Order: sequence, then structure tokens, then C-alpha cells
Amino acid sequence: MRPRTDHREGDTMHRRDFLKTTGGLALASGAAWTAGHSFAADPPLGPPELPQGMLDSSVLDTLAGKVPLIKRTWRPPNFETPVSYFAEAFTPNNAFFVRWHLSNIPEVAAATWRLKIGGEAAGTPFEVSLEQLKRDFEQVEIAAVCQCSGNRRGMFQPHVPGVEWGLGAMGNARWKGARLKDVLAKAALRKEALEIVFDGADGGSFPGTPDFVKSIPIWKALDENVLIAYEMNGAPLPHWNGFPARIVVPGWTATYWMKQVVSISASAKPYDGFWMKSAYRIPRARFPVVERFATQETDVATPITEMVVNSLITNLAAGQQVPLGRALEVKGIAWDGGYGIARVEVSSDGGQSWRTATLGTDYGRFSFRPWSFSLNPERGALTLMARATNRSGATQTFELIPNPAGYHHNVVQRVALTVT
Amino acid sequence: MKMWIAVIPIAAAATVVGAAEQRVELKAGPGRDKVEANCVACHSLDYIVGNSPFMNRQVWDAEVTKMIKAFGAPISDADVKEIVDYLVANYGA
Repeated sequence: MRPRTDHREGDTMHRRDFLKTTGGLALASGAAWTAGHSFAADPPLGPPELPQGMLDSSVLDTLAGKVPLIKRTWRPPNFETPVSYFAEAFTPNNAFFVRWHLSNIPEVAAATWRLKIGGEAAGTPFEVSLEQLKRDFEQVEIAAVCQCSGNRRGMFQPHVPGVEWGLGAMGNARWKGARLKDVLAKAALRKEALEIVFDGADGGSFPGTPDFVKSIPIWKALDENVLIAYEMNGAPLPHWNGFPARIVVPGWTATYWMKQVVSISASAKPYDGFWMKSAYRIPRARFPVVERFATQETDVATPITEMVVNSLITNLAAGQQVPLGRALEVKGIAWDGGYGIARVEVSSDGGQSWRTATLGTDYGRFSFRPWSFSLNPERGALTLMARATNRSGATQTFELIPNPAGYHHNVVQRVALTVT
Repeated sequence: MKMWIAVIPIAAAATVVGAAEQRVELKAGPGRDKVEANCVACHSLDYIVGNSPFMNRQVWDAEVTKMIKAFGAPISDADVKEIVDYLVANYGA
């Protein structure tokens, strides 16, 4: 769908948002923030495993209202967050990754935006304005990781086609909005409701281009953690992250987190659009996930659902030299599909032995969980590895689990350093 | 012609709201004009560069077919062959 657009409104929002988030960060962590964001510690355009063509064609560039991010593709815009921003548990709005499937992305004006709630399995369809959504439904806030299904696709070996993401097609934010279940209750769902279908304001270039439409199973839609979010880290959503409202499905990959959502429909049958039937699917029974999307499964494939457990070392990059005779602090984050992180272990001997890292503040089971680990390395080559385990007992893999679309990359990271 | 009409407003909007899309210079070779004329209607050409050099003819052919069959790109049969040949020769495995 393509509602009327208003560029002036969008520009105003961007300027305000930019000033607010940048100012807040500078106040919060001052000089450390500046030093940490020199990009010196990052391989600037991604890990060396990415296809050479992606390394060659990536640049740091600035979308309106954003700090410089790693441009993977211009149009539709796909921009990645540099790893240094994951030094903080929450990813600033102006550094949050950007991912779009289709090229026509309108600037949606808050004043004229309407969200339609209906569908064949809704008894009382209705629509709300942004003001009504904020006023008529309880406001709740939840910390949750938003991660592209294809984060780290570029590190697949052999490579698979797609946006060749490095490590930063993800972010963690405090999302505030109305519970989807509260909004659906007002629509008086009928018992035959099987899936809830989301459509956003974006569209393709040709009539034959399938609109980006996604569905989730009814049981997931009624989960109290699923939101229609209009705030992110205490500020309106940036345009590029779905202003004025997006769906938030904590624990599940970002493909379901519909940006610029304009319609929510209750369907009595499995939604059969391209983006459900053909895209975002994984081979059945190959990944250690718990939550399944049964109404969309075939004999061989199933929609991607919850994120697999994963971790990232955030303060050290491959090839870096670290000083001898001083404690080396290893810092990172871990996350999963919402069971919560049970532990993170670090190895400094190529995976022969593992020691437990110290977990940082718990912001909730859907959030990044910070961790840290200290060691006194000897002179020479040092390879660090980090491995997270969640409370359902799932852990990261050492061998890539191949799948044609390049999803669920959670291979244990190896960071090779030199101690001198 | 129709697709160029579709492209111009998108490019104009992009300069208003975001990073200006920069021209992606593809390698010179037979068929480049067909790639530029067709593919750019829906996406920037860095999609091609970034997905290289690891796709063989079969995979590039499947990608172009997907653009037509799944995404509705109006590419003529004559252009398809030139496009795939160009991609394999310049951005293939």
C-alpha cells in the first residue's frame, strides 16, 4: 500500500531524532564513545569472509537521520551497523541497521497515518490513528533484539546469493507500543483465525512485484510480548526503521517486524504470498529451534521463526595487536530467541578448553546480554572464541548449518590476535 | 520506456530522504547496456557486484529467472540471454 507522503513532516522528524539521540549518547558516555567509534578496531567494511565484490562495493555512507553506516546496497537501502556500536547493550536509533526489500518507500506522515485492523476472521474491523493507538491501548515497553534472518550471510562458505551481510544486520532497542493482542481483542477475532497478516506502506517497482506482506501464527500474535511499536529507545522510530509504527515480535527474526505497518488482518487460512511461501524459509528439522509455524510448513521447508543462540566479541577485531603483560579484557554480547542466555564461555586455545565469562546486566530475555572475560595472554598468536548457551540448552555451532538462503549463521566466532 | 518513467521519481525521492544513490560502474563488456537498462528499474547495481564472484551460470540464470517470474520484472527473452552472459563473464565464479 502507498499512502500519501509528506516529505516536510519526515524531514522535521529526522532532524529532531538525530539531535536527540546524538546528544543523549554524547552525554551518557562522553569521550569513551568518541574513542570507541573511530572505526579503528573494526574491519571497516566487514569481516574478510565476505564475498570480494561486497567488500569492494561497500562504503560508509549516511542516510538522513543516521550516522555513517556500512552501505551494502543503495536501493532498496540495506545499511549495516558497524560492530563498534555493539559495545553498548542498546543500539542507538541513528546507528540501527536498515533493511528494505522493495524500492518504493514512502515518507509516512504521522498525522495522516491510519492502521486498519480487520480481515475475514475479525468480527469488528476498525482503524486507528497514531494518537488513538497511543491513547486507547496500554503502553508497554520491552527490550528486544531485532536481527535480520540473513545476518552474517556473507560469511557463508560456500557463499549463497542475497544481501551479503557481515555482523551488523541487527540491533537491540527498547520498543514501546500497544500489545498486538490488545488491539486484536477490539477487533473481536473469530475462532477460525489462523494467522495474523501484516502489510506495510512500501511497494515494488512493477505491478507484478509481490508486495512485502508477512504473517505470524495466531498463537504468536496473542503472545503478550508482541507489540505494535511507535517508540524505540524513548524516541519515535526513525523513518528507515519503520516510522510511525512497526510490528515487534521479540525472539523471532526481523522479517516479521513489519515496518510502516498499515494493515493487520486476521486470516482463516495460511497466507500464501511470495514472502511467506517462497522466501524466508529453512529446511525442516535442521536447526535447534523450539517455536514452529505449523500452518506454513511443507514436507521439506518451514518458515524461519525464532533466532538461534549467538554471540559476538565487540571490542577486539581480527588482526589486532594487543600488549603483553597486561590483562586483556574481552567484551561481547549474547542473544537468542527469547529463552535467555544461560552462559557464555571463552576459549583462548582454539577451543580445547573453555572458561565461563561474567554475564552483565540482564535487560530481559529478549535483549542483548553483555558479558566480559579477562585473561593474561602470553606472547605470540592468540585465537579467541566465544560460545553462548541459552536456557533451553541450545548452543552455537562450530560447523555452518548449510541452507540455501543463508539464514541462522551462529558459527562460533574466531578472532585471531597477536600479543606483543 | 515505461520502466524509466518508474525509476525517475524513486531516484528523486532518494535524494530528498537519504543518502544519494551513487552510480555503480559495472565492468565494460557486451550486454552491460542490457543489464543497466533492465536491472536498475528495481534495484541498484551494487546488488550484482556484492554477489560476486561466486555464482556460476546456473545460479546467475536462476537469479535472473527469479527477477522475472517471482518479482515481475518485464525483461524480454532476447535480453535475458545477453544479461546472463554478461553476468557470468564479468561477475561469475
